[in-house]
Amino acid sequence: MVAEQNPLPAKIRVKDLRLSYGAKPVLGGISFDVQENEIFGIIGPAQSGKSSLLRCLNRTIEFVPGASLSGSIQIDGVDTSSLQSVYELRRRVGMVAPLPVGLPLSIYDNVAFAPRAAGYRNKTDLDELVQRCLSQAALWDEVKDRLDSLGTKLSGGQQQRLTIARALSHKPEILCLDEFSIAIDPVTTMRIEDVLKELKREMTIILVTNLVQQARRLASRTMFLWNGEIVEVDKTEVIFSQQPKSRKTYDYVNGIFG
Amino acid sequence: MFTTTPLIRKKQRNELIAKCVFGGMALAMIVPLIVIVTYLVVRAAPLLSWEFLTTNPSGGMRHGGIWSALLGTVYLVTVSLLIAAPVGVLAAVYLNEYARESLFTRIINLAVVNLAGVPSIVHALFGLGAFVLFAGIGRSILAASLTLAIMTLPVIVASTKEALAAVPVSFREACWNVGATRWQTIRGIVLPNSISGILTGVILQVSRTAGETAPIMFTGAVFFKKIEEGDPFAYSIWDQCMALSMHLFTITTQVTEAPKALPYATAVVLLGAVLSVNASAIALRSYLRSRKKW
Repeated sequence: MVAEQNPLPAKIRVKDLRLSYGAKPVLGGISFDVQENEIFGIIGPAQSGKSSLLRCLNRTIEFVPGASLSGSIQIDGVDTSSLQSVYELRRRVGMVAPLPVGLPLSIYDNVAFAPRAAGYRNKTDLDELVQRCLSQAALWDEVKDRLDSLGTKLSGGQQQRLTIARALSHKPEILCLDEFSIAIDPVTTMRIEDVLKELKREMTIILVTNLVQQARRLASRTMFLWNGEIVEVDKTEVIFSQQPKSRKTYDYVNGIFG
Repeated sequence: MFTTTPLIRKKQRNELIAKCVFGGMALAMIVPLIVIVTYLVVRAAPLLSWEFLTTNPSGGMRHGGIWSALLGTVYLVTVSLLIAAPVGVLAAVYLNEYARESLFTRIINLAVVNLAGVPSIVHALFGLGAFVLFAGIGRSILAASLTLAIMTLPVIVASTKEALAAVPVSFREACWNVGATRWQTIRGIVLPNSISGILTGVILQVSRTAGETAPIMFTGAVFFKKIEEGDPFAYSIWDQCMALSMHLFTITTQVTEAPKALPYATAVVLLGAVLSVNASAIALRSYLRSRKKW
C-alpha cells in the first residue's frame, strides 16, 4: 500500500465499521476521519447508531451482550482492537453519556476517581485537578463549598456537569460528548459550549447531538447518520447550507422531515 | 352533587371486605409466632437461668443445663459461615460482575438454584460420604461445618448476587468509561454499596444453620458430650460436639422422665439465639439503608 500523503494525519480513522446487536444491524460499514483538534459533530435521529458508534470508540461496546463488530478504528494510526490495555484507551477517549451519572461518592471523589484509578495519589495535584475539571464543566462555583457531599444528591443538570468533569479528569485526547446538554439549562449549556471551544486546542472533540443548531454552533465538520449509514460528512457550513449534497440532510437540519 | 348511589355503597362494602381479608391474613402471620414464643417461655420458665446456659447436661440428660450443646451450635455456625461466606460471596461477585452469559455460567447458575433445593438429609449423607469417610476428616465439628457450609452456599450466592444486582449498571458504566478496571469498579463502587445486602444475606444463614439437625447428625453431632464448663474454647474443630437442635431432638424423643420444662427451655434458647441474630441483621440493614447514597 502507498504511504499516506495526507498533510493532516487523522486523529481517528474509522474504516468500514460494521456493528450489529445479534441479528439487528446497527452500523452498516461506515468510514470517516476525525482530524486532531477539531470539533466533529454527529447528528441523526434516534436509532441511527450515534451512541453505539461512540461506544465502539472506547470499546465499551464489548460490554453489550451480543454486539459484534468488524472493520477498524485507528487512533493515531493504531488499531484500537490491537491495544494491550483497553483501560489506557478509555483514559485517552473521554466519554460523557447522555444520562447524568453521579457516582455514589463525594463530589470530590467523583472527579478524583479516574486519576486515582490511574495511580495518582498526590493530594495537592488532585485538589488542583478537581478544581480545574469542575471549573471547566461550569460546576465549581455551585459546589466549591460542599465538595464532601454526595454526587448522587446533586440535581440532574449538576450531575451532568459532574459527568463532564469526570470525563475531563483523566485528561483525554479525545472527548466524546453524547447529548451532554440534555439535562442542562440553555445558559449553562452556552457556558459549557464556550469551554468546549477552548478545549479543542488541547483535545479532539466528538459531539453527538440532537440539537442540530448546537452542531452548527460548535462543529467544524458534521456527519449526518441515518439508520447506521452515513448520509453525508462535510464542513458544517456545507451541511447547513442551502445545497448540502443530499436532499435528506437539508430536510433533516431544517426540520422538514416527516 | 355528591350523593350515595347503590353502586358507591357496593364499592365501599367491597373495599371494606378486601381490607379485612388482607389485613386478617397479615395478622395471621404474627399470631403463630406470638403463640409459639409465649407458650415456650411459659413452659420453660421454671428452668430458665444463667446456670442452665452454663452447665453441662447431667444424670442421663435429666438434670443440668445445655452448655455443651449451646457451645457446639456456636462452633458449628461460626465455622460453617467462615467457610461458606467467603466462597459464596466471591463466587457471586464473579457470577454477577465478571462472567459473561455463556453455557458455563448458565450451568453454574442452574447448579446454585438446584443445590438450594436439595433436602438437608441428602446433604447429610453427602457430608458423611465426602468429608467424614472419603476425605478422612472423621466425625467432627469440621466435617459437620463443611456439610452445613455446602448447604448454605447456594443461598449465600443467591442473596449476594441479588445485593450486587441492586447497584445500578450505570454506575459501573461510568467507571468503565473513565478507564477503571472491573476490580477498581467493584472495590470502589459496587461492594461499598452492596455490603449491607450481602451481610444481611449471610447473617440470615446463621439462623438456618443453627436450626438444622439432619446434616450434623451423621457428620459430627453426638448424643452427649461433657466439656469444660464456662470455657468458650472447650471444643477443638476436630472434636465431635453436641448441638442445640440435635439436643432438643434427643431429649424429646430418646430420654424418658426428663423434666417437662427441659425441652421447652432448650427450644427457648435456640429460638432466642436465632431471633436475636435475625434482629441484629434487620438493625444492620436499616442502619446501612439510612446511609444509602442514591
